[in-house]
Amino acid sequence: MQPAEIPYLPRGVRLHHDRVRDTWVLLAPERAVSLDPVGHAVLSEIDGVRSFGEITAALAARYDADPDRIAEDASGFLRALRDRRFLEVQP
Amino acid sequence: MTADPATIRPPIAMLAELTHRCPLSCPYCSNPLELARQDAELDTETWKDVFVQAADLGVLQLHLSGGEPASRRDLEPLVVAAREAGLYTNLITSGIGLTERRLRALDAAGLDHIQLSLQGTTAQMADMIGGYRGGFDRKMQVAEWIGAVGFPLTLNAVLHRQNLHQLPRAIEMAVEMGARRIEVATVQFHGWALRNRDAMMPTRAQAREADAIVAEARARLKGTLVIDYVPADYHSDYPKKCMGGWGSTGLVVDPAGRVMPCHAAASIPHLSFDNVRDTTLEQTWYRGSAFQAYRGTDWMQEPCSSCERKRVDFGGCRCQAMAIVGDPAATDPVCIKSPHRAALTAQADAHAAADAPLVHRTAPGKPVPEPAE
Repeated sequence: MQPAEIPYLPRGVRLHHDRVRDTWVLLAPERAVSLDPVGHAVLSEIDGVRSFGEITAALAARYDADPDRIAEDASGFLRALRDRRFLEVQP
Repeated sequence: MTADPATIRPPIAMLAELTHRCPLSCPYCSNPLELARQDAELDTETWKDVFVQAADLGVLQLHLSGGEPASRRDLEPLVVAAREAGLYTNLITSGIGLTERRLRALDAAGLDHIQLSLQGTTAQMADMIGGYRGGFDRKMQVAEWIGAVGFPLTLNAVLHRQNLHQLPRAIEMAVEMGARRIEVATVQFHGWALRNRDAMMPTRAQAREADAIVAEARARLKGTLVIDYVPADYHSDYPKKCMGGWGSTGLVVDPAGRVMPCHAAASIPHLSFDNVRDTTLEQTWYRGSAFQAYRGTDWMQEPCSSCERKRVDFGGCRCQAMAIVGDPAATDPVCIKSPHRAALTAQADAHAAADAPLVHRTAPGKPVPEPAE
């Protein structure tokens, strides 16, 4: 993920609170991906408006963490979702 | 011996077979040989209640299937109810019975995703397999409408000896339609397909070629098209992990309300199934005898019970063990450790070398279809 890229969840992919298992999941065609707190935090920031760079800066500030480290972790996570077509990037 | 309900995890997915009615008559239909009649089908209100129960039980994904689910006139209100219950709602359809107007109504109802079946990549092949003249052209029209509405789409290509050569084109078509995903499913030989093994069993060479085509396409189309692949299991070394393990992740409700661990489970004669008309889904999932029968590993015989893969594939498919070996607790005969594997290999090669006319699915009160020209 490049800092200027704007990620978004395409139609048919959405965050869902699983009340039975008390966890957050990403629902997509034929898949329900369990999210850890970090994954949920990253996906919650994705609004189709802000860039990847803005999102990681916001997360770094909120959790008082190293922005480069956050960007690296989030990038790997989002890359995997992109490969599965659970995440798109604004052209 | 049965699993302790306290150790059973909730289900993730439910397949709702809304009807067994279908305009097509595919010779590999996954519905049972004994089809539910229309007058036995659950009504709208009962299905709505089942969806709420499923969500309460932990189901996240609902697959509306059939038969052809568009044959139900109440499909739209059922989708509304499923979304209100909080379920991710997927429609599995041949496209026949859907109009642009109906698709717009399903969009308004909140339908999440559509899986469109593909019987072949040409009208000649698709209509011959589906037993429905004009079906392919109609399906292509429906695919355009699905794209125009903007539904996420998965193309479901079902492959066998007669159409495996069309696999590369099927993958191209998925890309052209804007599908994010294609399921490349080699026919599983249960039910109606079991009667068609001589006509449909792929050759070993075809199975290996399909493996190679899928591997190449996955690499080339990474990030564009996701390919889920069900290989020809008579030509595999280990059985498929059927349903992710019996009673572990999914359940099926048939048109008449029977609740089953898999859609073919009725082929196992000693099982009896609870019905949503008189038992809650929760009771059935945690305590129903059909779900307990092959849950976990306690039911296993050798070579499964001492096998290091017993929690990898859970002994394979119970219905296949029943159909081929006559014992639903036997190791799936596809497994190279099964004493029946050599016989199955010989059988598979004989079916693949045979030639026989397709036997299409029939339904009560429905004439046997003429093959398309």
